[in-house]
Amino acid sequence: MPNALSAFTSLLIEVNGERRAVSFPTHHTLLEVLREECALTGTKHGCELGECGTCAVLVDGRPVLSCLVLAAEMEGKRIETVEGLTDGNELHPLQAALADLGAAQCGYCTPGILMAAKALLDEEPEADRKRIEQALAGNLCRCTGYHKIVQGIEWAAARMRGEDVAAPADVLYGAPEPGSPGPPDSSSSETTERQDG
Amino acid sequence: MASEPARKSAPTRDPRERTDFDGRYVGKPFRRVDGRAKVTGQTLFADDLSFPRMCFMRLVRSTVPHALIKQVDFSKASEIEGFLGSLTGADTPEPFGILPVSQDEHALCPDKVRMVGDPVAAVAAVTEDAAIEAALAVEVEYQELATIASVEEALATPEPRIHDYPKEGGNVHKAVSMEFGQVGEALAGADLVLDDLFFYEGNTHLPMEQHAAVAVPEDTDRITLYSSTQTPHYVHRALAKVLGLPPSRIRVVACSNGGGFGGKSDPFNHEIAAAKMALELGRPVKITLTREEVFYCHRGRHPVLMSMKTGFAQDGTILGQHLKTALDGGAYGSYGVASTYYTGALQTVTYKLPAYRFDGVRTFTNKAPCGPKRGHGTPQPRFGWEVQLDKAAEKLGLDPAELRLKNLEEAGRTTANWLKLGTTGLERCLRAVVEGSGWKKRRGKLPEGRGLGLACGSYLCGAGLPIYWNHMPQSGVQILLDRAGSVAVYCGEAEIGQGSDSVLAAITAEVLGVELADIRLCVADTGFTPVDLGSYSSRVTLMAGNAALEAAERARELLAQAVAEHLEIDKDRLVFSDNRVFDAGEPDTGLSFREACIAAEAKFGTLSTVGSYIPPRSPGKYRGAGVGPSPTYSYSASVIEVEVDVETGLYRPIHVWIAHDIGRSLNPVLVLGQVEGSVYMGLGEAMMEEQAYRRLPAKYSSSLVHKHPSMLEYKSPTFLEMPPVTSYLIEDPDPEGPYGAKEVGQGPLLPIMPALANAIHDAVGVRIDQVPIHPHMILRALAAKKTGRPARFGPAGFPQVDFGGTLHVPTPDQGGDGRSIDDYRHKLRSGMRSASGTMTTREEALQKHGKLTTD
Repeated sequence: MPNALSAFTSLLIEVNGERRAVSFPTHHTLLEVLREECALTGTKHGCELGECGTCAVLVDGRPVLSCLVLAAEMEGKRIETVEGLTDGNELHPLQAALADLGAAQCGYCTPGILMAAKALLDEEPEADRKRIEQALAGNLCRCTGYHKIVQGIEWAAARMRGEDVAAPADVLYGAPEPGSPGPPDSSSSETTERQDG
Repeated sequence: MASEPARKSAPTRDPRERTDFDGRYVGKPFRRVDGRAKVTGQTLFADDLSFPRMCFMRLVRSTVPHALIKQVDFSKASEIEGFLGSLTGADTPEPFGILPVSQDEHALCPDKVRMVGDPVAAVAAVTEDAAIEAALAVEVEYQELATIASVEEALATPEPRIHDYPKEGGNVHKAVSMEFGQVGEALAGADLVLDDLFFYEGNTHLPMEQHAAVAVPEDTDRITLYSSTQTPHYVHRALAKVLGLPPSRIRVVACSNGGGFGGKSDPFNHEIAAAKMALELGRPVKITLTREEVFYCHRGRHPVLMSMKTGFAQDGTILGQHLKTALDGGAYGSYGVASTYYTGALQTVTYKLPAYRFDGVRTFTNKAPCGPKRGHGTPQPRFGWEVQLDKAAEKLGLDPAELRLKNLEEAGRTTANWLKLGTTGLERCLRAVVEGSGWKKRRGKLPEGRGLGLACGSYLCGAGLPIYWNHMPQSGVQILLDRAGSVAVYCGEAEIGQGSDSVLAAITAEVLGVELADIRLCVADTGFTPVDLGSYSSRVTLMAGNAALEAAERARELLAQAVAEHLEIDKDRLVFSDNRVFDAGEPDTGLSFREACIAAEAKFGTLSTVGSYIPPRSPGKYRGAGVGPSPTYSYSASVIEVEVDVETGLYRPIHVWIAHDIGRSLNPVLVLGQVEGSVYMGLGEAMMEEQAYRRLPAKYSSSLVHKHPSMLEYKSPTFLEMPPVTSYLIEDPDPEGPYGAKEVGQGPLLPIMPALANAIHDAVGVRIDQVPIHPHMILRALAAKKTGRPARFGPAGFPQVDFGGTLHVPTPDQGGDGRSIDDYRHKLRSGMRSASGTMTTREEALQKHGKLTTD
């Protein structure tokens, strides 16, 4: 264990398009510097060993586990975190979709999921369900069972491609009970109380 | 907006009559109120908090599983730059624990450690790095004791004792035995008796958020603790006890939990140690556990060995059952007494079981303590029961679905063990998954290696009794209205991701006719919010929901009186909708909601209302009857299709159909999230998750250690393992729930494990009588089948256990009164050992003494 005060690094890092000067013990990870020096606590930690995906951020557009990289290596890199996803006060389509489908339950894995999903859709706007599942296989979620996340990413991807689609009725109401009149009219999907996507 | 005001009729006053209400929010998939904060990173979890002069604490945890602490030496640690202070068990001598009968934990162990990971000391430092360094530099000298690794070892090894209670000696924590009706006769008269052994391995919650707490001192005798806890009220009580402060000087705030699942329902040593350290140092103290430490906090699923003997008539009628369970409790009591009862309590609520005997035992072992995980004590016997029903159907030549339908319990009945049922949607659940999966057409006709399995389950909608005896509400809500037209809702409930904040907001908005955005919530803050017991036992929607409904109805009444006076019309004509209060007959006549608040504030003064909820009393009066009652029960059924490779034993679920009796969905998209999340967690338990231990080789110490306290090695399903899920929400509004709602957080997990085991049997003809089901188990069973031995993998025996004297309780069908015929004898016994007081006798004693509360 290096002594906390034995060596420190000062550098300029660029987070969400904003450059700032930070000074930190040299052994500190990007995760620690984002949360502690930059006060960007949206990026979470679940294991600090690269096992859970919760701390995923984008470095030069690629998803990186911020608990596994040293902040000292970040000079000149472009870092994106969940705090940079909104456009002004407008949610990114991925954020809106995950919020509307309850795909963020406890919300702890959500920042990492959003960043991994953004990296995928930035590269592959047409990504299908299988690709989404593969791209997110490194992100654990204990709440949702993953389905609402996948459905949210698919919905957001469609909207990002300019398709005007509503969330399917079974995603919102469940499957119609066999032999029953079924759920509310699927066309009346009043899902989003506040459509700030 | 005012153009369609008369769309809704004015809601009636009694929530029990409101079950078919068509609301603005109720029944609609609205965005959860904390949804935006959670997708923007704005939600503050405990570790996200920071305060001026905050310092950091680490616990020094035991590296040995069972030992006396001989010496703790801080001399090297205190040399570390930034070191601020230390604590040992001598600083926190008062024990605590979630149950009044199991006050067996310490913030820091005073004299002995009982598991690897037990906290021995705490150190604080200016930075987290320095705290880590200091903790590593603390030297602890142990005198090791023999370790106990299993129920069998605990039963066979009365000494050394892990705890010096209960007074009977040995390492048994709790033994219970109770018989409802005449099981011996029922089995003797049966056409078919199945006698099975099942084993359910322990597993853990694995919340994505590691527990964290920040203690902020406000004076020498006043403190606030922010924590990732599901039960701020119980943490509050434990802090008061250990710190020796009046509860009024302590405030506990539960931050949004990054997942709970039961794992943050106990008061924890790190919370109390942080508070103690903060009071000692006079500055805020933060502690964030490592992932490894979270595995040691545990309180997860008990490993349970089960013996289940059930009698059936030739036509499939269930006649009686004798269930024995043996729980490996780990190093502390936790919820264990309740867990023990729960391995028997809900066996009766799905199918008519006229005679039932339950014997349960929980032992201490030198492992992380088990406690309540999603389903608390119920998934283990439910697994055995549903697999055994599958076997019975096969033996009797019946369709497994028909066998279940034939024996279904009925709404409103009282079971053999005196649980009063509410509505029962199980028949519709069963029919939905049978239809949806094509069960009748496809089962038995699928290609080799493919199979379908069916199972059901049922769960509480909140425990009928609080954890400590009292006659106060289990949930309270306060609503403040003001002249801005703003609505503030205060409630002690804790948002752990399940959507409880959205339940409170939606109910309030619905009653007052305002939008969700007009409502502000203050929750889980013991300094400001009325007590709600916490987010456990699937209680919040029903209990806090009913309290919110009552508070909102009362606020509505105040506003209605003022508006009626202002408009000079009868108040029963008023409708609250679209942020207006108006005449149902003449929608244009009315006030805005804000104007209504102004009129009411002018008439009554400052506006505030409260609501509270106390569950109905249960008819069971026997010792142990406190575990199992609930205002009503949810029901679930599932069919799973599986594909098994007979060469490797590898298998994968191809599709899951699940139906859940929700009573009424307050928000269907959030209900689906709980259903799908339960399916996922159930598959994890069925397929891979295990909190397992091993002894290190002798050359290293022979210590009993956790096999894999890391997220990589503790296998849990990823995106790639999750099969498609078809979910049916079965709505049959229950009079006990707000707008008819029942629970959904735990029930849908229950059928998953047995449905998978039954599907594997349908696919390849072998029985795997334990979970998780590993491929080698299937191969072993297939190999046995080839050589003519029973095509089964599972436990081979049940140990000899002294369950104590059996309590005999006549059933309702026998004309019983809810009491045990042995009550007199038990009353004498319990009178002589009040420290282990039972729920029923404690209540009776309290009533006799006219006391309102007790610890």
